[in-house]
Amino acid sequence: MEPFAEQKGVVAALDRVNVDTDQIIPKQFLKRIERTGFGQFLFFDWKFLADGSLNPDFELNREEFEGATILLAGANFGCGSSREHAPWSLLDYGFRVIIAPSFADIFFNNCFKNGMLPIRLPQAEVDRLFERVEGTRGYQLSIDLERQTITDGHGLILRFEVESFRRDALLRGLDDIGLTLQQEDKIEAFEARRRAAH
Amino acid sequence: MEKTLFEKIWDNHVVFEEPGKPALLYIDCHLVHEVTSPQAFEGLRLSGRKVRRPELTLATVDHNVPTTDRSLPIVDPTSRLQVETLAQNCAEFEIPFYDLQSPQQGIVHVIGPELGVTQPGMTIVCGDSHTSTHGAFGSLAFGIGTSEVEHVLATQCLQQVSPATFRIEVDGSLSHGVTAKDLILYIIRTIGTDGATGSVVEYTGPTVRALSMEERMTVCNMSIEAGARAGMISPDEVTYSYVEGRPSAPKGQQFQEAVERWRKLPTDADAVFDRELRLEVSELPPQVSWGTSPGMVTDVDGNVPTLDSFADENARRAAERALEYMGLEPGTAMQEVQLDLVFIGSCTNSRIEDLRNAAKVVRGRSVASGVEALVVPGSQQIKKQAEAEGLDEIFRRAGFEWREAGCSMCLAMNPDTLSPGQRSASTSNRNFEGRQGRGGRTHLVSPEMAAAAAIKGRFVDIREWDY
Repeated sequence: MEPFAEQKGVVAALDRVNVDTDQIIPKQFLKRIERTGFGQFLFFDWKFLADGSLNPDFELNREEFEGATILLAGANFGCGSSREHAPWSLLDYGFRVIIAPSFADIFFNNCFKNGMLPIRLPQAEVDRLFERVEGTRGYQLSIDLERQTITDGHGLILRFEVESFRRDALLRGLDDIGLTLQQEDKIEAFEARRRAAH
Repeated sequence: MEKTLFEKIWDNHVVFEEPGKPALLYIDCHLVHEVTSPQAFEGLRLSGRKVRRPELTLATVDHNVPTTDRSLPIVDPTSRLQVETLAQNCAEFEIPFYDLQSPQQGIVHVIGPELGVTQPGMTIVCGDSHTSTHGAFGSLAFGIGTSEVEHVLATQCLQQVSPATFRIEVDGSLSHGVTAKDLILYIIRTIGTDGATGSVVEYTGPTVRALSMEERMTVCNMSIEAGARAGMISPDEVTYSYVEGRPSAPKGQQFQEAVERWRKLPTDADAVFDRELRLEVSELPPQVSWGTSPGMVTDVDGNVPTLDSFADENARRAAERALEYMGLEPGTAMQEVQLDLVFIGSCTNSRIEDLRNAAKVVRGRSVASGVEALVVPGSQQIKKQAEAEGLDEIFRRAGFEWREAGCSMCLAMNPDTLSPGQRSASTSNRNFEGRQGRGGRTHLVSPEMAAAAAIKGRFVDIREWDY
């Protein structure tokens, strides 16, 4: 997994609550057996009208959000199904960081497995960021994972929380399976105890 | 120390833990389906890893499969490839697999319990959020992403952060026609779709104790719709007698020994939960969803909400969007809402009891003109059982289609979909935009409510139905 370096980029704002994984990547695109190439299907039913043309009313189609790497969204982002295709499509589209007041558990966990950083901030701070995105065309943020800060170069400094083991795994790009396999003797001992007990 | 059911199972499965890090948790049963597994198997191949315990893994095809004639090939080439890929992966990694032609095929969360694979005290995972279903047996069961599917395949373990515990105690006898589905919809409506985020919910109280295993599975199934990591119910005699005699359940003396172990699982009397909620449901009316999130639910004798009823600005805007998508006028009586299609099925409500209850409502009546209606049993075994009881005939005679087992219109990955603007009464679990087909409008209800809606072509209060 690619280590998470400091991230600076344009912020795209999607001011909606309960954005579910069915919207992030509709089911017709879950039939692929690859892990890549999902970005083109991100928010498909919102992004495109029924005739295939771009929906001018959809937030992410706004010109100033082109090339955004940070997504700002409402509460309970990523609720619904466990499909990892959701973070795959966000990442492939270009998003490395998602900021929201809260996330659904499985989605939150899936992000870290793909080198992405979901950041929980209090609602008031998220609202403030929404205002700044609206007020400044091409608004950018810098995310420093090591120091757990968000800055905008114009005086805004926010601190965020992330569990230290998750931060370390992201910073170092660790392979979870490789780490667990280092504990193989303990797994074998556990299995032996189980066999003896039953 | 007094412990909760969750804590007992967790403690029994910790392989290794260090302060400040997630625990390494042993997984007793890994269920696999075609949609969330191909990239995990590919990951194993790329890193030269094997499946550690193929015998603790069980695979079937459910999401993509057609529910029509099984002797025909799958028409959609991408669906066919995904189904074939799972078959090849199971052959290569020696994983037990129930294919499309198997008499045991069905929705993964239906066949686990049906085969006796799901047992109290287990840890169970699957690349599917509705894995919470299995918690009905007093197991710890939760959905995982594809990276974690690969992790479990390779190590039979998962790195997990211990969740919070949340007890929801329910008291009161449900009225005639009011079901476990109405109960869980009411719970989600009450606590919200993120009301249990970060928590494992244990459902307790006299109402829950009185539920059958099928009903308990319906409740635990939709825990994820309240944001819960898992839903659980402490096992009791209802649980043990359901498990007994099933193909993968322990037999004879071993079963008795297993029951002795299982009797130690229920939450201790003085165990402490991080959070508690008490609900009284004796007056609960049947529930119907009106919007595009499973928390957007009202009573069947209620109305589509008006926008000024939402105090929170975000909730009001979400409701406004939902009503526009659903094509509903605020204030409309739910029982005036006309339907185009009725779907009875899904891992929430496709078990034999669900079909029996729906059939009672339908018996001797006909589906309203202009309404399409289909019944999709959760497994081939349920289909066979229902046919032995003559339920298929009741449905067919009334004008329902009687299909083969699968997820079908719950998520519409197969050819069973709503057309844009079509409105359904559905026994499934999610009413998200486009869930049952782009532009489709989904109302979540119980099997009894869906059956009555099919007959009348609109929602009716099942408490007033003669059955």
